[in-house]
Amino acid sequence: MKKIIVEGLKYKYPLADSLALNDVTFDIKQGEFIGIIGKNLAGKSTLCQALVGLVPHFYKGAYGGKVIVDGLEVKNHSIADLSLKVGMVFQNPFTQVTGSKTTVYEEIAFGLENIGIPRTEIIERIDSVLDLLNIEQVKDHNPFDLSGGQMQRMAIASIIAMKPDILVLDEPTSQLDPAGSEEVFQAIQSLSKQGITVILAEHKMEKIAQYCDRVLLLNNGKVVDFDTPGKIFSREDLEGYGLTAPVYTRVCKALGVKKAGTDEYPVTLEEAERVLRGDGA
Amino acid sequence: MIKIANLSFSYNKETRVLSGINLEFDRRSTAIIGQNGAGKTTLVKLMKGLLKADEGKILIHEHDVSGKTAAQLARTIGLVFQNPNDQIFKRTVLDEVMFGPLNIKMDKQTAKEKAIEALKMVELDDKLEMNPHDLSLSEKKLLCIASVVAMDTDIIIFDEPTIAQDHGGKEKIRQIIQALKDKNKLVMTIIHDMDFVAENFERTIVFNDGQVLLDGETRDVFSQKELLKTACVEAPGITKLAERLGFKDTVLTVDEFINMKKTYSPPQ
Ligand SMILES: Nc1ncnc2c1ncn2[C@@H]1O[C@H](COP(=O)(O)OP(=O)(O)OP(=O)(O)O)[C@@H](O)[C@H]1O
Ligand SMILES: Nc1ncnc2c1ncn2[C@@H]1O[C@H](COP(=O)(O)OP(=O)(O)OP(=O)(O)O)[C@@H](O)[C@H]1O
Ligand SMILES: [Mg+2]
Ligand SMILES: [Mg+2]
Repeated sequence: MKKIIVEGLKYKYPLADSLALNDVTFDIKQGEFIGIIGKNLAGKSTLCQALVGLVPHFYKGAYGGKVIVDGLEVKNHSIADLSLKVGMVFQNPFTQVTGSKTTVYEEIAFGLENIGIPRTEIIERIDSVLDLLNIEQVKDHNPFDLSGGQMQRMAIASIIAMKPDILVLDEPTSQLDPAGSEEVFQAIQSLSKQGITVILAEHKMEKIAQYCDRVLLLNNGKVVDFDTPGKIFSREDLEGYGLTAPVYTRVCKALGVKKAGTDEYPVTLEEAERVLRGDGA
Repeated sequence: MIKIANLSFSYNKETRVLSGINLEFDRRSTAIIGQNGAGKTTLVKLMKGLLKADEGKILIHEHDVSGKTAAQLARTIGLVFQNPNDQIFKRTVLDEVMFGPLNIKMDKQTAKEKAIEALKMVELDDKLEMNPHDLSLSEKKLLCIASVVAMDTDIIIFDEPTIAQDHGGKEKIRQIIQALKDKNKLVMTIIHDMDFVAENFERTIVFNDGQVLLDGETRDVFSQKELLKTACVEAPGITKLAERLGFKDTVLTVDEFINMKKTYSPPQ
């Protein structure tokens, strides 16, 4: 089932002189884990915001084409309506903090109270995300007294607690320690396996390669390609788009070894290990 | 250049954030890594005199930080904040970068030259009149880097400079760090990107729970798999691949890997 359909989407911010998104077309099935990659200013965040309705409802600007999220056409539905279906973790966690709550616990509760979840369930959900993101020890702290990584964990926790059908994450682990980053990707993958549709913008190519079903490659607001990590990262013209493949792909390319019986290079640690041991892949 | 002795700090009575830190910094470029909440940002804020230690002291060029004013410290030590929103407060990109140099009493002409030179390094020199708040997160980070580079201090600390950067952005930062090293400045960087650590820093310090867990040559640090795990960090991808293939030595870069691969065939 198609969960997200984007058709000929064009968008220009007010006062901008060029299109941030230029004729973007793709669709996503329920339960897919989609990565969005592209150099700085390629349009990743703008596309994420177009899926939750901030583009165009909050930013205004010139908008053409169609975005349909779980049957709702974004242009014709409010951000509030859309937020019941799709939750977004922002690129800068700082901008996501409400500023009106004095503890991490209340901050996470805020969204849940807003959509009328019963008190007992709120408590259960919060306990579970505090544990998942490993922030129980700061649950009574002021959200602005957290370390950068703790704040980003709180931002992810707030959205996961809402249990949206569709999760949009904009570089969600940029400030996490390596172990935390790995745990978050695993948690998101497990949500995706339970049927949640995931769209995640990211510069960490190794993570995209390991966890995503398909990867959308954006450049100057246009879709260059939308395919499996193996296909995308084996492209010879990646650098032309300001991107580098995962280190595992780069080293295998330099050594000229592909995955047995394919035209693709390894993209993960496990694949590279197999190929370089000479077991094929 | 910096000597930290028996340093302890807490934000409030309940929890101690740093305890009994002893460290010395020479001019080797240094990465500081470790778990979220370990106290990395807190440590550099103490060095910059933005927080006051509960116990112990920090000497910079033999002078105690606690006896210096913010203005005196600003001439010696520059800090790029983890969150650019905590640092940016001027209305244009150029004013933002000129603020620091003017504040340490550089004359206006020199301040402007230094500012533009720094903005060129981060490729924001075509946006001088823009409002910093209209920049993207990656550009804001680069702007904050330029602001500190323009002050030309002897010690420069970056708190997670590569957040939000693409490959090109990381490359700019790598070149800036190299240029600062070439000028014989002490460059210290808090960072969660292990590949960047391996490629750019001679020394690596691992923080864990308010204490120093490991400190040494970057290559030696990345060979301590178990201790790294304790601190929620890991070796770079290429290091892990080499280890899995049974390479004897700790590899830090793709080039090293390829050279070593030529002389080595894995056990079957
Ligand atoms: N609020 C805004 N107002 C005007 N222009 C904007 C705004 N936000 C983004 N843009 C512009 O839209 C284009 C796409 O930016 P976007 O932030 O979507 O890129 P991105 O791929 O997310 O980049 P990054 O990797 O730096 O996060 C850029 O040209 C950018 O300058
Ligand atoms: N202003 C503050 N008031 C109270 N506690 C604080 C404050 N700032 C930080 N802390 C706490 O001090 C501890 C150390 O925070 P610090 O910001 O130094 O961590 P860090 O190592 O830089 O982490 P990260 O990698 O997440 O940036 C954390 O547990 C944090 O919650
Ligand atoms: Mg973005
Ligand atoms: Mg920090």
